[in-house]
Amino acid sequence: MTGAAWVYGNDINTDVLAPGAYLKGSVEEMAKHCLESIDPDFATTVAPGDIVVGGDNFGIGSSREQAAQSLSILGVNVVVAKSFARIFYRNAFNLGVIPLVCEDAGKVQKGDELRIDAEKGKVENLTRGETYACETVPPHLMEIVRDGGLLPHLKKKLKGK
Amino acid sequence: MGMTLSEKIIADACGQDIVRPGEIVTCKVGLAMTHDSSGARRQEPRLKELGVDVWDPNKVVVITDHYVPAVDALSAEILKITRDWVKDQGIPHFYDMQGICHIVLPERGHLHPGLFAVGGDSHSPTGGAFGSFMVGIGATDMTGVLVTGEIWINVPPTILVNWSGSLSKYVTAKDMMLKLCAEIGLNGANYKVVEFAGDGVTSLSMDERMVLPNMTAEVGAKTGIIAPDQVTVDWLEEHGAKTEGALDWFSDSDCEYEDTLNFDASTLSPQVAAPHSPANAAPVEDYKNIAVQQAYIGACTGAKLEDLQMAAAVIKGKTVATDTRFLVAPASTRITAAAAADGTLATLTAAGAILLPSGCGACAGLGAGILSSGDTCISSTNRNFPGRMGSAHAKVYLGSPYAVAAAAVAGRIIDPREVGDVA
Ligand code: SF4
Repeated sequence: MTGAAWVYGNDINTDVLAPGAYLKGSVEEMAKHCLESIDPDFATTVAPGDIVVGGDNFGIGSSREQAAQSLSILGVNVVVAKSFARIFYRNAFNLGVIPLVCEDAGKVQKGDELRIDAEKGKVENLTRGETYACETVPPHLMEIVRDGGLLPHLKKKLKGK
Repeated sequence: MGMTLSEKIIADACGQDIVRPGEIVTCKVGLAMTHDSSGARRQEPRLKELGVDVWDPNKVVVITDHYVPAVDALSAEILKITRDWVKDQGIPHFYDMQGICHIVLPERGHLHPGLFAVGGDSHSPTGGAFGSFMVGIGATDMTGVLVTGEIWINVPPTILVNWSGSLSKYVTAKDMMLKLCAEIGLNGANYKVVEFAGDGVTSLSMDERMVLPNMTAEVGAKTGIIAPDQVTVDWLEEHGAKTEGALDWFSDSDCEYEDTLNFDASTLSPQVAAPHSPANAAPVEDYKNIAVQQAYIGACTGAKLEDLQMAAAVIKGKTVATDTRFLVAPASTRITAAAAADGTLATLTAAGAILLPSGCGACAGLGAGILSSGDTCISSTNRNFPGRMGSAHAKVYLGSPYAVAAAAVAGRIIDPREVGDVA
């Protein structure tokens, strides 16, 4: 997986990712407002495959699943951060987004080209010629992500039976 | 190197000899609890879409507590969906309007040491008081559990919170947790297990112990847990729960805690948390004389039998202040019955308390006792985020049942030791 980095700071919360004002509407509509309070250009210019990079506590706040779902709808399949809030971390996998814990997330600059190998636990910064170690993601969780999240994954598994 | 109690339960549930923090494993779920808000109304359409039933109806417990009793057509509809779904799925353990899920679950004997359990509610860690490893999960995760009976988990590190000494009069487990919130903040235990130990913990009754893991949700923890002892076993026996092998569940002496925090229970004073965060806790003196229009005894945190007895001890023979409403919502119907039998309810109502149904009620801003924009309330609940109990402009202070009852009498926040000792 290769994509351009969108870099944000610590404590990116669920209200920034999925603003409460749009909770009643569809997730597709909400995705258009993802991160807009700190970066109005993000939702309109992010390209599928791009990667969001954060600091500590990415996704803190409420348990709303739309925070991860909005990123997924915009084509962001990976979030690299120093640490994640626990509910966001789970929701991300379940909604088809890989949350990668990476100590060196702070070294990434906006626009850097990253190549990710989640199973090997490797983030390559192609722009800077650096490689950062990150926590590995076991194959069975990668399978959930590849299927597009837990519900489609369950559907597939049940069909296979 | 040994394992912590939580690691042992996870290892048992995933069929490994050992697990270490950071490892991702898939566990067999011993019990899944859902309530009327997170349960049937979200799960029924999903299971239908997937064309399957719950994996094991015997391991699912459904409790209605958030929308009870129905206050409008929408809540009535949600309850109906829940009742129909339970019948449809043949789920034998269904407690309809019997009280708050985290209280009803142990009260009806569903929890025991070593159990790996999940709940569709953020205060599910309450089960840790009984030596269960119980975590709160979201709706999609719950669908996964209901379909497969399994869940993946990133083995969390454990921090040990050690309380030495014992609490003085009018100081409670709630004060211990408010102190912890102030000390480590709302993210202080993010994704970690908080294990409670020390004589400040073992000297507590089960009613009081439940408050500790319950409020680990307020410090971002994955869950909280207390190793079972004879007090636990006696309680479990009394409530018809499994006790076999109960005392075999403990943290090894050579296990690795990520951190150890030490507190002294004997010097702790009554605490109150100011709006709008449990982390704004400080000794009650700091908030003295703030007028309250409502004093609320309720929720899974602060409306157990002993909580009602605490309130009664303070308010006995006194009357509720003129401009203050004193609302009491016992946490379960069994607790209501016990408090009626031992005279606690009579003491409370004689002082002017208004009795409310057993359920989440005003705690979640869903039932009776909701606050208006100008209201200031002191509450025995666990959270005081803006809008939690009604208007976003209401102010909610958190305190122990003693502090709530004392404020009800004084009409303002006051040290419960001042009110209680006068009697
Ligand atoms: S009483 Fe309050 S905190 Fe407890 S389960 Fe109900 S809404 Fe949640």
